[in-house]
Amino acid sequence: MKRAGFDSNWLPILLLLPQLSIIAVFFYWPALQALRSSFFLEDPFGFSASFVGLENYVRLLRSPEYLNNAGFTVVFSTSVTFFSLAIALLLAVKADKVIRGAKTYRTLLMWVYAVAPPVAGFITLIMFNQRWGPLTSFFELFGWDFRVRQNYADTAIAMIVASVWKQIPVNFIFFLSGLQSIPRNVVEAAMIDNRSAVSRFWTITFPLLAPTGFFLLITNITYSLFDTFGTIDTILRNNPGDNPVTLVYRVYLDGFRGQDIGGSSAQSVVLMVLVLLLTVFQFRMVERRIHYN
Amino acid sequence: MVRLSLAALTVALTSTTAFAQTEISWWHGMGGHLGDVINQIATDFNASQDEYAITPVFKGSYEETLTSAIAAFRAGEQPNVVQVFDAGAATVIGANGATIPVQDLLENNGVEFNIEDYIPGVRYFFADTEGKMIGMPFNSSSPVLYYNMDALSAAGIDAPPATYEDFEAMAPALKEAGYIPLVQTHIPWEFVENFHSRHNLPFASNDNGYKGADGTEILINSPEMAMHFTKVKEWLDAGLFGFFGTGWDDNQAHFNEGDAAMYIGSSGDFGGLTAAELPFEWASTYLPYWESITEEGYQTFIGGASLFAMAGHSEEENAATAAFFQYLTSPEVQYMWHRETGYVPITTAAYELAKAEGHYERSPAAETAIQQLSLQSGENTRGYRMGFYVQIRDVENREFARFLNGETTIEDALSTIETEGNELLARFAQTQQ
Repeated sequence: MKRAGFDSNWLPILLLLPQLSIIAVFFYWPALQALRSSFFLEDPFGFSASFVGLENYVRLLRSPEYLNNAGFTVVFSTSVTFFSLAIALLLAVKADKVIRGAKTYRTLLMWVYAVAPPVAGFITLIMFNQRWGPLTSFFELFGWDFRVRQNYADTAIAMIVASVWKQIPVNFIFFLSGLQSIPRNVVEAAMIDNRSAVSRFWTITFPLLAPTGFFLLITNITYSLFDTFGTIDTILRNNPGDNPVTLVYRVYLDGFRGQDIGGSSAQSVVLMVLVLLLTVFQFRMVERRIHYN
Repeated sequence: MVRLSLAALTVALTSTTAFAQTEISWWHGMGGHLGDVINQIATDFNASQDEYAITPVFKGSYEETLTSAIAAFRAGEQPNVVQVFDAGAATVIGANGATIPVQDLLENNGVEFNIEDYIPGVRYFFADTEGKMIGMPFNSSSPVLYYNMDALSAAGIDAPPATYEDFEAMAPALKEAGYIPLVQTHIPWEFVENFHSRHNLPFASNDNGYKGADGTEILINSPEMAMHFTKVKEWLDAGLFGFFGTGWDDNQAHFNEGDAAMYIGSSGDFGGLTAAELPFEWASTYLPYWESITEEGYQTFIGGASLFAMAGHSEEENAATAAFFQYLTSPEVQYMWHRETGYVPITTAAYELAKAEGHYERSPAAETAIQQLSLQSGENTRGYRMGFYVQIRDVENREFARFLNGETTIEDALSTIETEGNELLARFAQTQQ
């Protein structure tokens, strides 16, 4: 194995510079700013800031409301990740078997990818509208009085449904290409050895899809934590009330709406650390069990 | 669109003429129809003289407008005029040096200012401890009760309720007639903040927060609040009250669609209700009060928003802002704003003009809020001044919604609001050192 190399150290650095400068300006610098302001308490206009040490963090961990939001975020992310992956995988496996009209199926399943998060939120509000939403009327047939934006659990369901619906196409595309890269001869050999399609899936297809699945697991957790902001914001319309909110939305509520810069910076730092730990843990624990061929 | 580009073209052409116009900017949070009226006011002001030109910019919701203005201020790019809503008032007024008190701005630029020219309920909400006006009241509204006349006559009721006791007496008949008797649209504003003003009850220590942020505490955990919400919950359980969450439209829709006989909303809804051409006759009356707390109701105070002149601009620009404020408070402009939107005219002169023009003969509902803002006053009727109040409102909404949804008791809800509210107030006081 011959290493391709550069003659000097300057060229690679030069080539990396555009990307590095973007990361520095849009990530490292704001992150350091957030870290700094999380130790201060300052007035919204920035006339004065007093150093308060860890007070902003202590306050968070003592706040029952923040812990509630954290609990909901765990439930929300787990549900969104699980359902987006499971449904997308099921659809991909089924679409993989379709010979005639395959293009049409795939296009139909993929177009949702183009829907912007706020639009997804808006569609959800229409579908679940308290008075005339089609899904609300459907639930009424079973005697379920579904009240989005009023009932905690109902709003949570609407948020999860919207976020899952929006994420399925991405997962579907990846799973489908993963399935199509499984060698035909392995599949054929398995068919001779094993009559049951279900057990063939679990013993052959699923392990071979693992690299794709692992990649998607990480992107889906990140999606459910951060990219669902637009959907949640549209559903709540600046009005949290007695509805569930995720930690990312809480940062926005306290920082942008409430002008509490120190408190929301501390929350941002907590989230950054969380993502860092998550990534390290994932790569450490899961990488070992997955073999990329 | 065509008119807009023509206007832009005119501005572009005139700005190259001999005299230099002073240009100022105005950030606001009024979309839709309200935004159109604002653009009209700006166009009219620019046409009325040739020294100054104002450009209104729509920045999204009230919260987004305030956030943008603060961010711009920190970057030294602040607008000349910014619209700040009631719950954000403490943030802006507390920031000494962020804005020029409107009273100073006018007086320094030779515009006569007399606070007595303003109608009573409008005078002091955006004023400091000494009663100096800091923000210019602009879109002032107050919570009022709207009622569906057809629904009331179907239930055999001839007058809307003046008190909550009256409401209790008539609600069963409205329910019988197939209506939800009453809904509200904004718990903190209608059932908490103005509830205290309507009954002349203290809402915060330190003279309702006007004496300064230091040591200000919220006085929400009172027997009156507990009584009111306990009653509301009883009505809700008996089908005499509708609650559809803390979103404004989720509740008001029931009135507009004719299922709810009455709703407590904003006097500023008037324009929208008129434009909606509802299939029934409607009118408005004062926000109800409890006779068991006070024999006569007191005035409410203004909600909505006011305009602040941001600091850090040249004298010419400040003179332009003063000229604009002078124009904006003139009776003709105030009357036009009042007529088009339903917000109250802020000066007595504008109110007199609206009366003389026969506006209230044509639409009696337009007068309700002004009369309510001019009722008897007391030491607790000017409103409140609390920092981080946006978050405190969120806490109020959350706890009262939990109570109405049957997830907590009123005692727990009130003490949670008190605890979290006071913690937020203490933090805000710390930022103001």
